[in-house]
Amino acid sequence: MKLTRLLATAAAVGLTLTLAACGSDPTNIASGKDTSGASSSSGGAGSPIVVGSASFGESEILAEIYAGALKAKGIDASTHLDIGQREAYIGALKDGSISLFPEYTGNLLTFLDPKATATAPDAVTAALKAALPDSLTILTPSSAEDKDSLNVTAAFAAKNNVHSIADLKGIKGLSLAANPEFKTRSYGIPGLEKVYGITGIKFTAISDGGGPATLKALTSGKVDVADIYSTTPSITQNHLVTLEDPQHLIAAQNVVPLLRKDHDSPQVDEVLNAVSAKLTTQALLDLNAKFNGPDKPKAADVAAQWLKDNGLA
Amino acid sequence: MSIYSAAAHWLVDGAHWHGDDGFPHRIAQHLGYTALTVAIASAIALPLGLWIGHTGRLRGLAVGLTGALRALPTLGLLTLVVLWRGIGLGPPTIALVVLAIPPLLAGAYAGLESVDRATIDAARAVGMTEWQVLGRVEIPLALPLILGGLRSAVLQVVATATIAAYIGLGGLGRYLIDGIAVRDYPQTLAGATVVVVLALILDGAFAVAQRSLSTHR
Repeated sequence: MKLTRLLATAAAVGLTLTLAACGSDPTNIASGKDTSGASSSSGGAGSPIVVGSASFGESEILAEIYAGALKAKGIDASTHLDIGQREAYIGALKDGSISLFPEYTGNLLTFLDPKATATAPDAVTAALKAALPDSLTILTPSSAEDKDSLNVTAAFAAKNNVHSIADLKGIKGLSLAANPEFKTRSYGIPGLEKVYGITGIKFTAISDGGGPATLKALTSGKVDVADIYSTTPSITQNHLVTLEDPQHLIAAQNVVPLLRKDHDSPQVDEVLNAVSAKLTTQALLDLNAKFNGPDKPKAADVAAQWLKDNGLA
Repeated sequence: MSIYSAAAHWLVDGAHWHGDDGFPHRIAQHLGYTALTVAIASAIALPLGLWIGHTGRLRGLAVGLTGALRALPTLGLLTLVVLWRGIGLGPPTIALVVLAIPPLLAGAYAGLESVDRATIDAARAVGMTEWQVLGRVEIPLALPLILGGLRSAVLQVVATATIAAYIGLGGLGRYLIDGIAVRDYPQTLAGATVVVVLALILDGAFAVAQRSLSTHR
């Protein structure tokens, strides 16, 4: 009896340890899905390009697109996906365990320079170039952006003749749903007042990052405007109207290749610039929708199909 | 400054003690959600629990049901109800009622079961009707356990009502969720402290009530 209990305890402890080992530590690059076996190589010209990604679908798809496009032009490339947060993968880029990363201009700028104020795409890119560490460089940003965006239903847009955030001014009793930080951040309620002169907004904080509860609040008419990330498939699935932002209240978040300088070459630039030229916000939306579709394809397969469709592989 | 002293400063800052975002208003909202939830849950669980305890019927079902309800994650349930009903007071109330029913139900039927069968038989022998047996013998004798169930339900609801802020309502959860959103951890800790203090005060009040109930016998 005692022995049985001892064995059961040992088995339970063993199982717990195994499970714990499976959980990945986001700060530890070695825990990422290494498909290259090259994580120990410290880079340098001529060595293969290792494309990293953060641990969310869109980043993985973009990394696979970069790697696929490079390979199609005969450049040796592999991927190292799922490297957690920015602190972790910027470190990995600096120490050379990865050499290329699909980044977003605005967020990278804020990470490197928390006091940055630029919001327009060109201004953000210029500030970012100045803020980058010496070992890293960015190529030409794509027009694709994944950022906060204000959305209304098609019916609301038609009824109030709204296409841009500026058109919201003067609508009585306007209500808006977003993450709680929207209430205090410069791109949120304070910005809407200062930049667009929209006052008296009834704000509802919903903490799901523009997810299903926010969407439901918008489509059920509980709120007029909802903050949803611009590449979320629910925007197209529900025929939402994303409001234009002529005053650049919300900082640009263009997808841009972030590259180690010792891997930079005219051939690499040519390939990645060709990818960026084809990459639009709509393309990201379609890629995300496909990736989250019912048949749950792999990021690599979604990327390969896109490269083929766009004549890049 | 450590996060603890920063939270203490946040807590005693006069600016946080008035207005819609101030503690008095948030505490009132929080207690309002708690009272509404416990009232609805009591209206459902107490009659059901008393009936089960009195008749002994469906006891197996009640035990299984309360166990299953206890296992439901409240935040997950909230999201589910939001997708069905949209945002508003309804979803958090429903999620919290589901949380409050198991302890209330268990307190009621277990309380009645704890009454000595000989006492009940004696009550019937002196000619009491079933309603009289329930109202004059069973419920008074079961009251400490019924109150124990209520105490447990109130404590769980007051500690969990913070989820109302997840979908934009008020209550003390606002400090937790707004604080986390902008990494203002002193605010989060201050809000959490008030929730703990509120829960302890309510629990203490129930403890006093339960004690006076058992000494007045």
